[in-house]
Amino acid sequence: MNKISRRGLMAGGIAAAGAASLGVAARLAQKYGLVPPDHGGIYGPGETLNYAFQRLTRNSMAREFSRSQISKLPLANDTAPPNEAFQRLRADGFAGWRLTVEGMVAHPMSFSLDQLKSYPVRSQITQLACEEGWSYIAEWIGVPLAHVLQLAGVHPQAKYAAYFSIEPDWWDSIDMAEAMHPQTLLVHGMNGGELSVGSGGPLRMRVPRQLGYKSVKYVTRLVLTDNLKQFGKGLGSSAPEGGYAWYAGI
Amino acid sequence: MAGAAGYPIHASASPADRVAPRHTVLVRVTHWITALCFFALLVTGFEIVISHPRFYWGETGNILTKPLFVLPIPSSRASVVTGYGYVMPDQNGWSRALHFQTAWLAVLTGSLYFVAGLTTGHFRKNLLPAKADLSWRALRGHLRFARPDETGAWSYNVVQRITYLLVIFVLFPLAVWTGLALSPAFVSAFPASVTLLGGQQSARTIHFFVSLALLLFVVVHVVMICIAGFWSRMRTMITGRAVARREQA
Repeated sequence: MNKISRRGLMAGGIAAAGAASLGVAARLAQKYGLVPPDHGGIYGPGETLNYAFQRLTRNSMAREFSRSQISKLPLANDTAPPNEAFQRLRADGFAGWRLTVEGMVAHPMSFSLDQLKSYPVRSQITQLACEEGWSYIAEWIGVPLAHVLQLAGVHPQAKYAAYFSIEPDWWDSIDMAEAMHPQTLLVHGMNGGELSVGSGGPLRMRVPRQLGYKSVKYVTRLVLTDNLKQFGKGLGSSAPEGGYAWYAGI
Repeated sequence: MAGAAGYPIHASASPADRVAPRHTVLVRVTHWITALCFFALLVTGFEIVISHPRFYWGETGNILTKPLFVLPIPSSRASVVTGYGYVMPDQNGWSRALHFQTAWLAVLTGSLYFVAGLTTGHFRKNLLPAKADLSWRALRGHLRFARPDETGAWSYNVVQRITYLLVIFVLFPLAVWTGLALSPAFVSAFPASVTLLGGQQSARTIHFFVSLALLLFVVVHVVMICIAGFWSRMRTMITGRAVARREQA
């Protein structure tokens, strides 16, 4: 009998200590921005662990490859055929394409493709890995997102950059560390040439430290915000609405 | 006299057996959590694989490049040509979420087991084979799959010991390593984790084979338990007590 009650006491103590430390951990995680927008539901703990631990290495750099490692046949993973608005802009050689930057910025702005191309160009040879398991390496050419955000003057309270495709219901968001990361580009060129429509042209977000679906194609709108609840179902991206994780570094 | 679990302890069991059960609480709890994790990882891993049942070696690979091998199964993506006239439903969303959440649980459980195994001498006492047992003659005897005698209820034989050590110290860590090497964020922080394996697609292929090896282990493990006596071994792993001699005879 003695043994049982001691065991019960120990189990109870461990459970209480566990619950208390979980509570403290949750509050700390919230305070340091370690909780992803899709933290609810039964997979919330896993998503939160994935995202929180990645925050420890937020300054890491995606691997860059040599020119000889570029995939000979870059895979333009097919997406839904771009809509009518896209076709009209395309007929005009994308002269009317605009990227608007709004939300928590000092100067809401609208950029043409020519303007974006006139800014410092950064090119990187990185891997695009799909959540399905396939991958390819390409040279991506564009302007660092950080440069565009500096021009617009991001409020210090902004926590996320949400970006939207011209295709309806195709949008995503990243935290400010990822948005200001030097390898996060607004891509307008690929492998020494223009970015093809199949690969997301004329303008694609490129987030090389996360899986391919984070690199949304046909980007027309950027919103800086401290609250992702206002977009879609409030999960931070159209990906979680289809069951996929918001944080796609894994 | 009734034990804590409510079943009678046989008079033939010495008092020492009751003080030191066949399997400690920690081994039993981590065993069953790991078993549950393995099942979840296996099912979700399979679901993820069918979205691209092609494997490659090196850094990159996709439907335009030459595969190392292709699994002869249908795919959950229309873009993958499989020879089947239909496309499986996409289950990757929840499968990925459950796979990674389970991986966290498995790694935490494994770490706990590892630290405890070192500090309590579990590895040294129960798993490290004795030098005398490492002769070919001794190994051959065990490999004939003779029905284990009653000492088998109290100690592992040399083949069991080597197999468990391989699973714990080689296959399990390799599964974790190759899994992490598939994460673009992890390899950004620790590039050597993938370059040492020969590239991300190599890591994926090794992850697949390690999973197969673990599956093979689990199948053989369950078969051996059935041969040795399913219910007695289940009871031992649940309650910690080995079945008394009289009962087994």
